[in-house]
Amino acid sequence: MGSEVIASLGSVEVDYPGRGKALGPFSLSLDAGETVSLIGPSGCGKSTALRLMAGLEAPTKGRVTRTQAKGETSVVFQSATLMPWATAEANVALPLELAKVPREEARARAREALAKVRLAGAEEAKPAQLSGGMAMRVSLARALVTRPKLLLLDEPFAALDEITRRALADDIQTLWAELKPAIVFVTHNVEEAIYMGSRVVVMSSGPGRIAAETRIDGPMPRPPGFRVTQAFRETAEKVSHDLALAMGQAA
Amino acid sequence: MSRVLSLLAPIVLIALILAIWEAACRALNVPAYFLPTPSAIAQAAAANAPVLLHSAWNTLSMALVALVISSAVAMTLALAVAPSLLLESAVRPIAVALQVTPIVAVAPQGVIWAGLDHPERAVVGLAAVVAFFPIFSGALTGLRSADPDLERLFDLYGASKTQRLFRLRLPSAAPFILEGHKVAAGLAVVGAVVAEFVAGSGSAQGLAWRILESANRLQIAKEFAAVAVLGVMGVGLHALLHAGERAILSRWRGRR
Repeated sequence: MGSEVIASLGSVEVDYPGRGKALGPFSLSLDAGETVSLIGPSGCGKSTALRLMAGLEAPTKGRVTRTQAKGETSVVFQSATLMPWATAEANVALPLELAKVPREEARARAREALAKVRLAGAEEAKPAQLSGGMAMRVSLARALVTRPKLLLLDEPFAALDEITRRALADDIQTLWAELKPAIVFVTHNVEEAIYMGSRVVVMSSGPGRIAAETRIDGPMPRPPGFRVTQAFRETAEKVSHDLALAMGQAA
Repeated sequence: MSRVLSLLAPIVLIALILAIWEAACRALNVPAYFLPTPSAIAQAAAANAPVLLHSAWNTLSMALVALVISSAVAMTLALAVAPSLLLESAVRPIAVALQVTPIVAVAPQGVIWAGLDHPERAVVGLAAVVAFFPIFSGALTGLRSADPDLERLFDLYGASKTQRLFRLRLPSAAPFILEGHKVAAGLAVVGAVVAEFVAGSGSAQGLAWRILESANRLQIAKEFAAVAVLGVMGVGLHALLHAGERAILSRWRGRR
């Protein structure tokens, strides 16, 4: 892992008027190429932390440091968030076209990104013609087409079935190996958190804070059979235990 | 099969109603000035076809001109107001007031403003007023209906206001804008007919004029024929716009 810090949240707090404190104090630092999973109960501020890192929201207190320039951060949301009127290719080309990259170049890079997520041939399809998993892969291609240094994944598998989730998790790791963006992966699923992160941060709610942190050993991308190793099961037990404690604190 | 049935169902129902109407009129000896039989209405329609069709075209063309004007004004205003909640809250009560004020109440003044020699201007103006609200309201709702996560993506990628308008908000608003125009087209016809009743239609004699003329002369079958033409015109216009809307939206979403 590189030691360059890509983004950091320093004792940030977020207060929503009328709804009270959603997050904080909360600190998280992310090195270049590092993959961190954020797990915690619903409403614990995971998505808020993600929006702070993306620069889409400002903290009420604390400091957000982002070294990347505009366009070097990408977000994948819970739903594919595609423009229903645009083809897969046009959806993927969007970030480039908004940055005034010439249309032909943007479209060529979009086709390349679609091929990388195994969607060559689906360039002209509209979102309604794609399955949930395919739409999510279009969304992933759109996130990667700008070659981001920071990739924020906000429960991207939430609406998918188990088989599609696993395939997509492997896709993301393969793409990570090529571009090495720092990744923050928000999830509700302990095993996914371990599979996707070199670090798993457990959050408690009311307001959102870090309850526990676990380093995950093992190579990235994960080798076949990683999910059935003894070490994986032991880590899953530990993280589950941390999560139960975090939820107990919240109650 | 189900498509054929869904086309046949209203035809069968209308035929049934007409048959009962015809039979009842004959059996009960209902006088023709009170309620003519459908066959008498059909004869009157056939006998007066050129006049009725000419009048129908007059009314329809005025309604369509009104729709175009209304669309241009409503869309421009919606685009101007949409970026600011404050502007919207300033404009909306006036737009609602325009909508809830019955057109007959303002028609006499409309005729005076248009000039007594130009009743057709009054008809177009009044029909445009009636058609304004659904387009304005639909466009405004549509322009605000973009997926909030897509709005965030546009923030993230530093989109300009123009990019956001043309690449996100207008396309997101398309279904609402189309629906608004469909409703407005029907209202424009209603508005045109009501305005014709009040204003007359000058040398260009619309369907409302035919209805009034026939009623005054106790040509009740012809009056019913004119009303029927109006109904057919409304249904035809609605069907046309509905088909257009479906075609555009299926392209918009991609075929299923």
